Amino acid sequence: MGGTPIPNDIKLLDENGKRVDGRRPDEMRPIKIEAGVLNKADGSAYVEWGLNKVLAAVYGPRECHPRHLQNTTRALVQCHYNMAAFSVDDRKRPGPDRRSHEISKITSEALTHVVFTEYFPRTSIDVYIEVLQANAGTRCAGLTAASVALADAGVPMRDLVASCAAGKAADTVMVDLGKEEDNFGQADVPVGYVPRTEEIVLLQMDGELTHDEYTLSLKMAIEGCKKVYEEQRNALKRRYQVRSVDAVEEPKGVA
Amino acid sequence: MQTSDSKDVEREIVVPGDLLDSSGLTPGPGTFNEGKNIYAAQLGIKSVRQNVVGVVPLSGQYVPDRGDMVVGKIVDVSSSNWLVDINSPYPAPLHVNEVPWRVEFGETKRFMTVGDVVLLKVINVDETRKIHISMKEDGLRKLTGGMILDISPSKVPRVIGKSGSMIQMLKNSTGCRIYVGQNGRIWIDGDLDNIVRAIKAVKLIEEEAHSVGLTEKVKKLLGDTVQETESETDGRNTYTQ
Repeated sequence: MGGTPIPNDIKLLDENGKRVDGRRPDEMRPIKIEAGVLNKADGSAYVEWGLNKVLAAVYGPRECHPRHLQNTTRALVQCHYNMAAFSVDDRKRPGPDRRSHEISKITSEALTHVVFTEYFPRTSIDVYIEVLQANAGTRCAGLTAASVALADAGVPMRDLVASCAAGKAADTVMVDLGKEEDNFGQADVPVGYVPRTEEIVLLQMDGELTHDEYTLSLKMAIEGCKKVYEEQRNALKRRYQVRSVDAVEEPKGVA
Repeated sequence: MQTSDSKDVEREIVVPGDLLDSSGLTPGPGTFNEGKNIYAAQLGIKSVRQNVVGVVPLSGQYVPDRGDMVVGKIVDVSSSNWLVDINSPYPAPLHVNEVPWRVEFGETKRFMTVGDVVLLKVINVDETRKIHISMKEDGLRKLTGGMILDISPSKVPRVIGKSGSMIQMLKNSTGCRIYVGQNGRIWIDGDLDNIVRAIKAVKLIEEEAHSVGLTEKVKKLLGDTVQETESETDGRNTYTQ
């Protein structure tokens, strides 16, 4: 980031203040979220965020598998972030690498913060994030998908985690960087946000920003998170609304 | 329908983190509170009953509770225990003292082995989530024959129906023996055609668990097949006569 020279034919910000893909600096890429897309998983979600395509599946709470990892007082949230070999232009060498380990770790930590882990001691909640198509901002898309999948799995949570990035390209602070802006830009700040309590559960920075630029980036990313949050809520409600729109009966008691 | 006697019947789908109430109601299942504010902890339907606000979950794992009747599968046998999979996040050991037979040490395999299906009761779940199960009460036994059907544990109350109305209807109309475990496992036994009908009905209930007129739909499904089989047998009868 920063070091790569910008190819001459790419203008990150044109004369009209429009970005490479025609967005304004405060405009996000379109997001589409669908909950409950996989039958075999306890919960799942599919996110299309610009050109990113991410699938998340949740299993559990279930018996924690490497036995020594289990915690006697709480559940473990274990994320596995993986990029498909075909998700990028050049074939990505399959398997875990430094980057995917890091992303798995930070998403686990972000999600652990909202899940009521103390309800399920000694168990593990496994979250699998598969990136099918990558176009910058996959960790945000992954976290967004994972938290929808967790809610879909019926895991008790304090809130959903919404995630969005902001950064700097062509000396301008802008929200939700696209691939060119990420590659040839100056900085990227992904944020994971809990809207109800206004807590930040994920914050990273790649590149250099002045204090003012950083503050503005954070503010823009949080604004983005709030929009993502609405989409997440809608996706979850949509999953059941169709069936229960005419439902009046109370669920019945046990026998 | 039940609309007249329960007054708060608004069906509102809530998402974790949604504010349910801040007027001083009591937080119920599926919720958590921060001060006076009560929030939803699970994806589900908001329900308010006598000052208790709760969330009826739409999905989720089975969490064992004291007194639950469950259908379990034996997954491991040791000299004084059977390990039973009761579809919960925790393994459930069934001790030889908790079965209706006298089992000598090391003789466990002669009574039940891996793959057997049993009807059990959850006696206790302690704070560390250790599960104590038993087979000693009336009606609890090893289940032989029949079929096992897995459904989402959150849909079990709908399969059972209000004070058992739905399950009674299923049993009466199919003539099958059915046990519905709180853990989302259903054991059905009868003749094959009727098992198939019962499975179809349960699948319908699971699919449309939260829609209005569920009972009518199930009745229609069972009724249609009832008529079919009746006319079939009629025909066969006339043929033989």
